[in-house]
Amino acid sequence: MKSQVVSPASKVYVRQEAAPVLPPPGSLIGPLAWVRDNLFSSPGNILLTVVAAALAYISIPGFLNFLFFDAVWSGADREACIAKNGILPGACWAFVRDRFSFFIYGFYPVDERWRVDLFFVLGTIGVAWMLWLKAPRRDIGMIYFLIVLPVVSYYLLGGASWLGLPAVDTARWGGLMVTLVVAGVGIVASLPLGILLALGRRSRLPVVKFFSVLFIEFVRGVPLITVLFMANTMLPLFLPDNITVDKLLRALVGIGLFASAYMAEVVRAGLQALPKGQYEGAMAMGLGYWQMMRLIILPQALKVTIPNIVNTYIGLFKDTSLLLIVGIFDFLKAIETARIDPQWAAPTTSPTGYAFAAIVYFMFCYGMASYARAMERRLSVADKR
Amino acid sequence: MSSVDAPKAGGTGGDDKPHVAFWNDPEKRGYLFQALLFVVVMFLFYTAADNAISNLTKQKIATGFGFWNNTAGFDIGQRLIPYETTSSYGRAFWVGLFNTLLVAGVGIVLATILGFIIGVARLSKNFLVNKLAAIYVEVIRNTPLLLQLLFWYNAVLKALPEVRDSVNMPGGFFLNNRGLFMPEPVFGANFSWVTWTLAAGLMGYFAYGRWARLRQERSGQQSPVLLVGIGLILLLPLLVYFVAGQPLSFNIPDLGRFNIRGGVQIFPEFVALLLGLVIYTAAFIAEVVRAGIQAVSKGQTEAAYALGLRPGPTLDLVVIPQAMRVIIPPLTSQYLNLTKNSSLAVAIGYPDLVQVFAGTVLNQTGQAVEVIAITMAVYLTISLVTSLVMNWYNSRKALVER
Repeated sequence: MKSQVVSPASKVYVRQEAAPVLPPPGSLIGPLAWVRDNLFSSPGNILLTVVAAALAYISIPGFLNFLFFDAVWSGADREACIAKNGILPGACWAFVRDRFSFFIYGFYPVDERWRVDLFFVLGTIGVAWMLWLKAPRRDIGMIYFLIVLPVVSYYLLGGASWLGLPAVDTARWGGLMVTLVVAGVGIVASLPLGILLALGRRSRLPVVKFFSVLFIEFVRGVPLITVLFMANTMLPLFLPDNITVDKLLRALVGIGLFASAYMAEVVRAGLQALPKGQYEGAMAMGLGYWQMMRLIILPQALKVTIPNIVNTYIGLFKDTSLLLIVGIFDFLKAIETARIDPQWAAPTTSPTGYAFAAIVYFMFCYGMASYARAMERRLSVADKR
Repeated sequence: MSSVDAPKAGGTGGDDKPHVAFWNDPEKRGYLFQALLFVVVMFLFYTAADNAISNLTKQKIATGFGFWNNTAGFDIGQRLIPYETTSSYGRAFWVGLFNTLLVAGVGIVLATILGFIIGVARLSKNFLVNKLAAIYVEVIRNTPLLLQLLFWYNAVLKALPEVRDSVNMPGGFFLNNRGLFMPEPVFGANFSWVTWTLAAGLMGYFAYGRWARLRQERSGQQSPVLLVGIGLILLLPLLVYFVAGQPLSFNIPDLGRFNIRGGVQIFPEFVALLLGLVIYTAAFIAEVVRAGIQAVSKGQTEAAYALGLRPGPTLDLVVIPQAMRVIIPPLTSQYLNLTKNSSLAVAIGYPDLVQVFAGTVLNQTGQAVEVIAITMAVYLTISLVTSLVMNWYNSRKALVER
């Protein structure tokens, strides 16, 4: 018997090197595949795409034409913005350019407006110092923002005879400056007040708890406008009649108290999110109540709740617009006053004024919201370890 | 007396308890602090009340609620209950309150519908739909409601044509800068039959729905609830309507040169307020809905698919019931926000509670304390009642844990 020994290598194909990695089929990658996946994956999806595209086609070019392409950018008065040859131009930006300083400063005396500019610069420094987490000496920044800045701003804007700054009555303050002052005071005042109220609500002392709950639930149950009415009409009644309270100050009290009630609930949520072991650990270390809160509880509770605090600030910033109802000359009031000025009476003046107001409010609020989102991401990274 | 409970027994401790100065004893210090707080708050209240009384007598402003029955002497454009200029302040209060409730009620329904649509669109895999919803939410949430209200009222509705150039819409609708004029329904004698049938149909629908749910829980069999509902609520009353001889006619508004007679007028203030509130609140509700749906873990959907459920029933029976638990509490606070925000009506002149009562009545009577107190009490009551109802609903829907 003859048997042939065959070496397997000669008959069977054995691949010696790895096959090259092929790119995925053309139908799965590239812009075409993306379009198919995201826009035309099913009949229902195709319908949605068509409807959405139609909606975008109707609205977006109209917006862009109004805001940019057909807009009037320069001019001295309404002549620039009224219809020519029966065609109405787009947004009347010439009006905004003409009234820009009125929107920012209101009736603040022209010669003294550098003080407002300086206030804006100082405020920007303070905000940047607080928000930029890697900034040097943030402890000094804290003191600067919470103590130095309010005091300096008070004398800078209101006037100080011992510095040679003539007094400017708050009735002449106006525009974006008032909005920022009110929002700033609300932001600085509502956090400490809110923390105190939140601690009060979680206190085991029944009287403290009762008053905190009463205040928080009362304020949260009524509209801001009634609180402002109350501050405006009832505060002067409650004080002895030899004390007159500035109108702006009354509104500040109203807004500050309102914001602190909402802040209290946000801080309380942060306090509740902390595990009980943190409290027990702090007590076991022999810390007293205030030491425990200052060193152990609040730093952690406030950290997790920063996004919500910022959201409360966004609400506060938007709420400052309600001041126009109680007769404070804020940014929106400046727009409202300017848009009915006969010098600029044109069909597009009001929409342009509102568009400008919307852009300014949007920039501030969206900025804060983006910061809150970035913060949330940062915190969730820390939690994932 | 054992030494074990000595630390918390506080003042009752006997000989074995070390003597502690009262300012170092947390319990005694607590009492002292509370007493101090109580005294301070009471003192503030007393001083405020005392000042208020002396200020009011000095300014010769009446106190008490006697003004309630005095003649108001001003007119209110939109009213749900009869009101004349000779009516009392109390009557004006009710007109304002009903207007507030009207705009809040309609607003809540519309905002919920729009909010759910946008919230689901925000989660859509369709790029265009998703981005459009995102732009809507970001733009609306980051601009003040008051600005939006002023925009709708001053820039959109006031820019509509004059009465004589009214936009004519089919069916007897007219749109101009005084509002929307609609045909007014005139109910015939037999129309009550239709109403009663509708009520009976609704009751029948709820009874059937309950029976169907119990049957499904028992046997797993589903019933055509939607079809039966359409039959009972729509078709049955329609049938009765024709049997009764169509007892409904319309009073179509008549366009004159300067005015429109007849029909129902919807005021631009109402439309602007409603538009603003609905569009603003819907953006917040959309975020609530999105968070709620995202809170349902993906495993739930996958498990439902693995059991052979199709996408529709998966959404109906698995995802939405679980998402609702997360959605309801923040949705409640959005409803309350909408109700409270309706007070911004004062800025565009819609005669709501704040505009009529805390505005006009306050200015005419000068009785700030009473008027503001009543207004705040009304909003507090609305908040409280809404919270109670929604908490009850929430506790019914809440997860029953072991």
